[in-house]
Amino acid sequence: MRSGTVYTETVIYSAPEAFVNDVPYQTGIVTLEGGGKVTGRILGDRVQIDDRVVEVEERDGVPFFRKA
Amino acid sequence: MRDVAVIGVGKTAFGVFPDRDLRSLAVEAGEKALKNAHVAPGQIESFYLGNFAGPSFVGQNHLAPYVSTALGIQGVPATRIEAACASSGSAFYHAWSEVASGVNDIVMVVGVEKMTSQPTAKVSEILAEAGDCSGEMRAGNTFASLFAMIARRHMHDFGTKKEHLASVAVKNHANGALNPDAHMRKVITLEQAMNGKPIADPLNIYDCSLISDGAAAVILAPLERAREFSEKPVRILGIAQASDWVALDQKDDITTFPAVRRAGEKAYKMAGVTANDIQFAELHDCFTIAEIIAMEDLGFVPRGEGGPYVFDGHTTRAGERPVNASGGLKAKGHPVGATGVAQIFDLVQQIRCEAGDRQVPRHSVGLAENLGGSGGTCVVTILGAA
Repeated sequence: MRSGTVYTETVIYSAPEAFVNDVPYQTGIVTLEGGGKVTGRILGDRVQIDDRVVEVEERDGVPFFRKA
Repeated sequence: MRDVAVIGVGKTAFGVFPDRDLRSLAVEAGEKALKNAHVAPGQIESFYLGNFAGPSFVGQNHLAPYVSTALGIQGVPATRIEAACASSGSAFYHAWSEVASGVNDIVMVVGVEKMTSQPTAKVSEILAEAGDCSGEMRAGNTFASLFAMIARRHMHDFGTKKEHLASVAVKNHANGALNPDAHMRKVITLEQAMNGKPIADPLNIYDCSLISDGAAAVILAPLERAREFSEKPVRILGIAQASDWVALDQKDDITTFPAVRRAGEKAYKMAGVTANDIQFAELHDCFTIAEIIAMEDLGFVPRGEGGPYVFDGHTTRAGERPVNASGGLKAKGHPVGATGVAQIFDLVQQIRCEAGDRQVPRHSVGLAENLGGSGGTCVVTILGAA
């Protein structure tokens, strides 16, 4: 599984139709070790910019990260 | 290349209009522009429609001839342009290029969006299609959350503060309150703007533009023929369109929009002006952070200094460089496909000294910046007195 650092993040309170049951939830862009960035969901503790995160699962092509 | 002028403009009020459909809004704006330009429908040689998501919002496609024929414009090319929130800015750019190149003389552009017949969560989902639906949007992002992530990084890199964002909303609401056609005519305080309902941290409801219905229209002609039609033609001094990645995570740095910088530089060069010559502007404040970054990317202020510049009052109507005297997308409203042409309407009103209570003191050179999505498209236009 991939790991990296949080490049930016937000907590969403107003969601599109497909995600209204998940609010509030955190999304972020992660700078991956080895280069490149990816957008994913953050599970568990809220993270901030520069926090280290690890990928814990992938659902429907979306990476889910957790604080390392 | 020929010089091109705006010879007429028209616009509907922006707001929530349950009894109006897309076509009736577009026709109202178009008829006002024809009247303003003293042009008959039969004189229009080519027609452009800027519209983002008519098929999704109202279930209608093939929109350009659907609108043009209702305006009495028959037989000529009728072309729809889609470029997210820059749809009608891009339509304006292509109309300009047709006149500038000599293909046609009298060209009309209408921008329209009918959004409020859908519930907010559905609107969010339709707007999200302007992002990368195979990546960032599949993770549950909205346009608000993309701009929230941009704001978060801008705060981290430059020390931009929540009150800087809020001051954009306070200013634009104060301007919108003076605009009889604005969607929201409500003055707000900094405290209110700081403490609105959270949408996507750090953005709250006051950081977000409005979901609106509305339309705007403009008619172009070669500058050398402009006075056949209009006593107050307005000259297109410079115009450029640029593009960039649709997905935020493909960009090296999300605190700047390369498409804005590129379009701005090209438009300045064409007009033979610099950022310092721009006396007032209509900037694409889809979210408060977007107005701050636009000022930086257009060279109004150095990078990272946009927040304090707004907070200190330099962009109010009485400030050194008024921004969004119309109320902006924030208060005037943001029917996405209409916004680009509505910005042109607002510049033309100011240059013609017809902006009423919103009139800015120095109004001979103005700039409009129309952004699509989170920066995938940008159109910058500089207008001046002819």
